[in-house]
Amino acid sequence: MAAPLTLLLIVAVTIRAVLFRSSIAELISERVEVVSPLNAWKRVVEGLALLDLGVSPYAGDVFHETPLIIYFFHFVIDYAEIVFMMADTLTALALYFAVKDYNKIVFRKQKYALEADRYPLDCLELIRSPREMLYIPLKVAMFYLLNPFTILSCVAKSTCGLNNAVIALFILSTIKGNALMSAIFLALATYQSIYPLTLFAPALLYLLQRLYIPVNWRRPSFWLFLAQYVFMYLGSLGVMICLSFFLLNSWDFLSSVYGFILSVPDLTPNIGLFWYFFAEMFEHFRLFFICVFQINVFFYTIPLSIKLKEHPVFLIFMQIAIISIFKSYPTVGDIALYMAFLPAWNHLYRFLRNIFLVSVVLLACSALFPVLWHLWIYAGSANSNFYYAITLLFNVAQILLVSDYFYAYLRREHHLTHGLYLKRKDGSEATLVLK
Amino acid sequence: MATYRCIIYMLAFIICGSTVFITADIQTNQGKDAESVFLEGVRGTTSDPSLVLSTDTEDQTQSAEKEQNREAIEVETNLVDAPSDNIVNHVHDTMQTTEPPPSEDQTQRFAKDERIWKATEVEENLVADAPPTPKETDHVPETEQTPDVPPELTAKDQFQEELVIRPLHSGDIYASFQFRTLWDTDFLHGSKVSHYRLFPKSLGQVISKFSVRELHISFTQGYWRTMQWGQPFLPSPPGAELWVWFQDTVTDVDVAWKELTNVLSGIFCASLNFIDSTNTVQPSASFKPLGVGNVTDQRFLRYAVLPREIVCTENLTPWKKLLPCGSKAGLAVLMKSEKLFHSSFHSQALHIRPVCTDWKCTSTSWELRQTLNIVLDLHTSGQGKREWSLFKMFSRTLTEACPLASSSKVYVDVTDNPQGELFDLSPATSLLSQAVVLGDRRTYSVYDLTDPATFGQTHSLNMLLRWKAAQSVEMLRPLLHGERYVAGYGLQTGEIHTLVYNNHPYRAFPVLLLDIVPWYLRLYIHTLTVTSKGRSNKPSYIHYQPSKDRLQPHLLEMLIQLPPNSMTEVTVQFERALLKWTEYTPDPNHGFYVGSSVISALVPSVVAMDTNNTQERPLFSSFFPCKEESSYFMRVYTEPLLVNLPTPDFSMPYNVICLTCTVVAVGYGSLYNLLTRTFQVEEPSQGLAKRLANIIRRLRGVPLLS
Repeated sequence: MAAPLTLLLIVAVTIRAVLFRSSIAELISERVEVVSPLNAWKRVVEGLALLDLGVSPYAGDVFHETPLIIYFFHFVIDYAEIVFMMADTLTALALYFAVKDYNKIVFRKQKYALEADRYPLDCLELIRSPREMLYIPLKVAMFYLLNPFTILSCVAKSTCGLNNAVIALFILSTIKGNALMSAIFLALATYQSIYPLTLFAPALLYLLQRLYIPVNWRRPSFWLFLAQYVFMYLGSLGVMICLSFFLLNSWDFLSSVYGFILSVPDLTPNIGLFWYFFAEMFEHFRLFFICVFQINVFFYTIPLSIKLKEHPVFLIFMQIAIISIFKSYPTVGDIALYMAFLPAWNHLYRFLRNIFLVSVVLLACSALFPVLWHLWIYAGSANSNFYYAITLLFNVAQILLVSDYFYAYLRREHHLTHGLYLKRKDGSEATLVLK
Repeated sequence: MATYRCIIYMLAFIICGSTVFITADIQTNQGKDAESVFLEGVRGTTSDPSLVLSTDTEDQTQSAEKEQNREAIEVETNLVDAPSDNIVNHVHDTMQTTEPPPSEDQTQRFAKDERIWKATEVEENLVADAPPTPKETDHVPETEQTPDVPPELTAKDQFQEELVIRPLHSGDIYASFQFRTLWDTDFLHGSKVSHYRLFPKSLGQVISKFSVRELHISFTQGYWRTMQWGQPFLPSPPGAELWVWFQDTVTDVDVAWKELTNVLSGIFCASLNFIDSTNTVQPSASFKPLGVGNVTDQRFLRYAVLPREIVCTENLTPWKKLLPCGSKAGLAVLMKSEKLFHSSFHSQALHIRPVCTDWKCTSTSWELRQTLNIVLDLHTSGQGKREWSLFKMFSRTLTEACPLASSSKVYVDVTDNPQGELFDLSPATSLLSQAVVLGDRRTYSVYDLTDPATFGQTHSLNMLLRWKAAQSVEMLRPLLHGERYVAGYGLQTGEIHTLVYNNHPYRAFPVLLLDIVPWYLRLYIHTLTVTSKGRSNKPSYIHYQPSKDRLQPHLLEMLIQLPPNSMTEVTVQFERALLKWTEYTPDPNHGFYVGSSVISALVPSVVAMDTNNTQERPLFSSFFPCKEESSYFMRVYTEPLLVNLPTPDFSMPYNVICLTCTVVAVGYGSLYNLLTRTFQVEEPSQGLAKRLANIIRRLRGVPLLS
């Protein structure tokens, strides 16, 4: 497997290197779909320039990266392109190994279940074969590295690539069962953009599962591990925040980074749902709707964790997808991360209901974004509603995609316990419905 | 021609009559609070040195009939309207003002007041006793007195007025009115003032309430075209500009500033109340105090520009009311709005600052300087004829000076016309004056309005300036000049280009460039480039204050060295923000204004500048204090910018709220559906008939059909 992976990495890096050297790199880095006020490279450079001028980067409202990022780039500013390419490679490798490990675990579980005769007899065609699972990690890496969204994001030097790398490393260390590293990377991801906070639940569930500790409120071992993990997580988060404080000697970054993410003051258009909604919002309802929209991102964590407590990795996928749809400043780089997981759910394909429609809509919207942007901003022959309509459609398609995968996953689990070809009472072929 | 002259005579007569009436009116009004009596008394006894200077060359024995008339009426009004209890009141007032524990300074002043007052009383008695004979007033010659009078005698209010007319090479004409009121009081050291003489009470109260140290405000319509017109005496940016230095006793400057802008907004009927934190800055170097005092802590400075402000009659009327004579006498009669606003450039300004009263600066007084500058266009106002007269410019002629003015003069710039080869100026005047203005020695013909001879037989002054040649000589290029524009297309990003020209053939000099950019144009300071002559020219000082959304604007201040005979280009990129729909102006597609850049510089001077700021000089040449002889201070404003922003659709907030909420609901709904429901085998539903039958059976208590 090493050879195809190496080849993939070489191809991916070559594509990026070529694009970095081409004239469209400049164009891509200005696209609102690719960069948001949170992660635009132009703003990182601006922050560094402010630092050079002796002005705190957080004195203005242009720079919204965390202090660690600015100090990181303070040293590697000249190698930024390499850093972003390495971040992408790292993400792909982490996902590759994570999925490889996960597949091993899935296969082992399947084997035990088969040996215990837990599957109904007609479910044999749902059983996953090692042959089919062999290429999944490679496909995941390929889906991430060769996804046009990732490439655009990398060429635009959006720091979203770095956040993705952190989340990928978090997934890897969780799946490897390293609680400490998992907590540290989760803290780092949270520190970077709050929302990964919701990944705490799946990580905890996964690690508990791995240690064969049942989620049971009465067991002291559960509480002990929970306390351990929370301590590691909060400890590393605290260290990072204090480190940031000591780097700049002020707490300004809290309001400038997290306040900015949560209160959405910058209404620059992007592919998300927030910008136009809050540009058109009546002022006295603004706070209410901001609360509603932000709670919406975190809201699904608990019900999803309850529903998917046996399947934490799928829960991670769901959470990442929900974050990237409902977050305040989404970019295509966020979408690329959860899309990389799609090959891992290959086996759900037969239960997907409208994957064709959704993929066509996603492709069409991706093509229409630049067209309608041009009509609105440059040609002046369209207005903001055109672009807004496309963001709506794009988000509906994403929601349908995610809920379709969720449906398919649940349905497969149902079939694995109740048999694939269900019969009605009268013996005719049954159809499954949600009730 | 005869009819024309006849009309002029009639007009002059009417104006004379009305002026007499008005003067009486003024006297009556002022007499009511006993101020005029006081004033007249002071005038009568202690003659102003500057007055003496200005009148000593004139023939004093000549007295026009009108003048006599006026004085007779003045005396009458004094007799009628100044009963003695007023005087008592006034003395009482004076006592009250000095009631707090008398410091040495205060007792001295009290004594001084007392002395002046005694003189006034004597004068008052004299007036009361005397039959209405021509009284000794402003025009009494006291040639024996030297200008070097003891300070306590000069310590009093003073009013000067001036009109400068500069024929421009383009054929347009530039007229600049300057009014200066000196107020001899001491706010800076905390004494409270309750009586006002010439200084407008509304402003006096404002500066004492808000502890203002300096206040500069200007309202401008149109843009000053430096390359066509040369430098103005007092530059101002299009729109409204306000900058204030507060005294260092002010604890909360922002609150004082907010209140002050609201009060000034009321006084000048302008939209100054729109000044808030989003357009207020504290420049670190560009705006230094112009008066005495060396407080340079920028925490006490506030600067704001409203480039969108429209200036019109409603701003002119309150401005004129601040003059001691209003618009009823003196130069201010020329200010008729239908002419003033029918011009290519109109700027009215007001500057309050503490100034030294003498060379050694032993005491300070408040100076209120009101200026009004207009440029009348050759084609629209002048009907294409290179021939200007006061009447053509203002629809009025001058008939008298403001009676309260210690000097009242009209200057006409004749530097380019020493032998009269370019234009004719009539009536001719023998008085010539030289002044160093903006680094250049200029010659002016002077008409002294306090001299009745100026008005001649017609009792009115209507200067006529007729160009001889249609082609004029080339104007010298101004040494410093700035331009600005926005580059780029589309509504996403853009680039501001500022061009600064140094036209000096061999001298390089530094300039301070100040840019204030609203927050919704997000500047990227790392894209700042400064190039001169094709090479990068790194600013030696940069003060940058980034913007805060909806809170504060960008402030960029740079010190750039301009090489000789060069053009320096400053560019910086910006990004246009999408605002909330309620934050747009009612005409969002008109665009948003960005105020002018301010270029301040010490420009090398051709002639030696006069560094004595207290010496008697024409008002127009003495505004910016001069610290060294080799250079002079100059401020240049560039054009304001008009920038378009992307706009949302203002008509559909409800639609957007509904649609976005629908999408969120789709997400929520589909997840909720999957989370709360379970998979079940679908059983065929019973037919309608069977269900109805079952309901009936249940009612009857019979077993149900399966």
